[in-house]
Amino acid sequence: MCAMGSYAKSEDSSDEQQLEQQQKVQPVVRTGAELLCSLLLEAGVDVLFGYPGGAVLPIYDALYDSPLRHILTRHEQGAVHAAEGYARVTGKPGVVLTTSGPGATNAVTGIADAFMDSTPLIVLTGQVGTSVIGSDAFQEADIVGITLPITKHNYQVRDIRDLPQVIADAFHIATTGRKGPVLIDLPKDVTAGPASYVPLPQPAPKGYRLPPMPDEVAISQAIEAIRVAKKPLLYVGGGIVNAGASEALIAFAQATRIPVVSTLMGLGGFPADDALFIGMLGMHGTYAANRAITECDVMIAVGVRFDDRVTGKLERFSPHSYKIHIDIDQAEISKIVTVHQSLIGDAREVLASMNRLPCQPDTTAWLATIAAWDAEWPVHVVAALEDGLRPQQVISLLAKATDGQAIVTTEVGQHQMWTALFYPFSRPRQFLTSGGLGTMGYGFPAAIGAQIAAPEHRVICVAGDASFQMNIQELQTVIENKLPIIIAVINNNFMGMVRQWQQFFYERRYAESRISSPDFVKVAEAYGALGLRATTFSEAQDAIAQALQYDGPVIIDFDVEEEENVFPMVPPGKGTDEMTLMWEE
Amino acid sequence: MERERTLSILVNDHPGVLARIAGLFSRRWFNISSITVGACETQGMSRMTIVSHGDDAMARQMVSQVMKLVDVIEVADISTQKAVRRELALIKVKSTKETRMDIAHILEPFRVATVDVGHDSLMVEITGDTEKIDALIALLTPYGIIEIARTGVTALVRAGADRGLTTEGENEINGNVL
Repeated sequence: MCAMGSYAKSEDSSDEQQLEQQQKVQPVVRTGAELLCSLLLEAGVDVLFGYPGGAVLPIYDALYDSPLRHILTRHEQGAVHAAEGYARVTGKPGVVLTTSGPGATNAVTGIADAFMDSTPLIVLTGQVGTSVIGSDAFQEADIVGITLPITKHNYQVRDIRDLPQVIADAFHIATTGRKGPVLIDLPKDVTAGPASYVPLPQPAPKGYRLPPMPDEVAISQAIEAIRVAKKPLLYVGGGIVNAGASEALIAFAQATRIPVVSTLMGLGGFPADDALFIGMLGMHGTYAANRAITECDVMIAVGVRFDDRVTGKLERFSPHSYKIHIDIDQAEISKIVTVHQSLIGDAREVLASMNRLPCQPDTTAWLATIAAWDAEWPVHVVAALEDGLRPQQVISLLAKATDGQAIVTTEVGQHQMWTALFYPFSRPRQFLTSGGLGTMGYGFPAAIGAQIAAPEHRVICVAGDASFQMNIQELQTVIENKLPIIIAVINNNFMGMVRQWQQFFYERRYAESRISSPDFVKVAEAYGALGLRATTFSEAQDAIAQALQYDGPVIIDFDVEEEENVFPMVPPGKGTDEMTLMWEE
Repeated sequence: MERERTLSILVNDHPGVLARIAGLFSRRWFNISSITVGACETQGMSRMTIVSHGDDAMARQMVSQVMKLVDVIEVADISTQKAVRRELALIKVKSTKETRMDIAHILEPFRVATVDVGHDSLMVEITGDTEKIDALIALLTPYGIIEIARTGVTALVRAGADRGLTTEGENEINGNVL
């Protein structure tokens, strides 16, 4: 967070000069809303995602003259996911602005999503005037109460004099420690009322603790355990990305020759093309990754939370390993799986300390075992169809055509798992997906935020036909902002993952999982985007090439095999070693 | 080991703090036997005492999760500490001419105050630990208890005792044992 105004830079000028300069650039502030805008600018905000309404009219009026950029989405849920996409690409907090009542409640899914995936957000909601709060006024909702369990912290500003400190504290809380969303509720009379300029103060949230510095003694004990390991394994997650620990992780893995498995949220934190990378683990993890986690003797878990989609049946999860858990959040230690040693702190700092100690376990035999597992059931081999298109092939084609370099967002379901398995992510902040909450409707608006954050990058949203329809209204946002996003709809006429579970566990009784869609090519054309369709491998190849040439948003409707399943699969209630590799009925 | 847990929590005296704590306990399925809140030695802060049940792992989770709330200044699991634990109860019990003397005899060793007397009832105020109050209630029950109001336990660690900040010492898993 940038806590300094742009004026406070010159070091050699005298105090008087500085004061003079300060007065020159000091923004005109007459209302609470104008003060809000000036504080947001000083906090380093450049763009807000939002939707106006009655209770935020004073704020929108102030935005009219403000250098702050505002992206008007077509639904508040879209605004929050777009802000999440922005945050995940930049590492900076995404900022959202909605009105009171329905505007605020429409933001709830996105806030819950950000909370589960530790994504930093500042959500500004309008509120009815202080004189009518609690009276069931028009468009009143207790959004502070509603979001208590899904925010890292939240505020209601009842007096404009509190606003500067609240803004400073909110940005600090959202972006430090385990990151997350912070909501600030702003009654209309507070933003409409008079205010004068106050610079952004230093953050000072009372009771808020930053994680401790790594404990060097514990670190050297951990290294001792790793040094004598025969089958050590790094199990890494979203914490690597959030902490900017990717380089330290690569250095550690390469120096120690310890193989790496990643959670969904960790993908990109360790390069997929590195020989030490053995893939995603968990319910749809690779065969080698799930065998490795089951049989390792020392587990080094970094920035992970032992999610149930990773562990499967707990009794069978890595039963013989000595477990070392590195995490920024003390509450994650032994929450799900009891660990033998914990290192609380920032993953980058802890790994950097570990890198300073010599550690050379002999992993030659272990790496050979893993390579044999990988050869036994390689995930990336998919039989081509003579006539038709497999969804996995689409992801591989996209990866090839973009040289594995695109920023990829997904919705939730089968296409999400195939993207995780078939697109080789090579850098952090390249893969944006809804992990914890599993929010259908996340990926498309997240791509909007990603493209705004990184205009120079190619952004692809891999969507399912069902998920895409959850926030399809944001097509107009894409058109309006001329964002050249490619939306790859993996269209199987089903909610694919629901159907897969119904096939396996409910005797193919496809209750309500078949879903119809509009003609996505015509939808694209109606909005003013390019619409393409592919039903065979070569058509898919051509469509992707054409989309990459096109200067503007594209929807490609990939007509894929309807009843393709995601494998491997750890069935619910089974252990990671009890993978299903194919389904026999 | 499953047993009673007493948490002493120092919080900012802000609107909604009680909801933050109570909401955390409810959504994570930590039970609350009693909860008390009141002013403390520092202006702008309150001390909260929560009595709950759970095994060691759950107790550690309670402390760690409560610590994450921004408005929480300090958490101590004082379950195993030498602490003074007190609760206040008001008990309204039926009393007639015939039973009044019997009840007075029961009350005597408890050193309780009779705070209200009516024609056919009396109200006593008792302060003590939970067991003492439970014992008095059991003894008064045969006479016919009309109403009871209990405050729940409030507690402070005794002089010289470890304040048990953050987690308790036994079965330390967060360190390097096991």
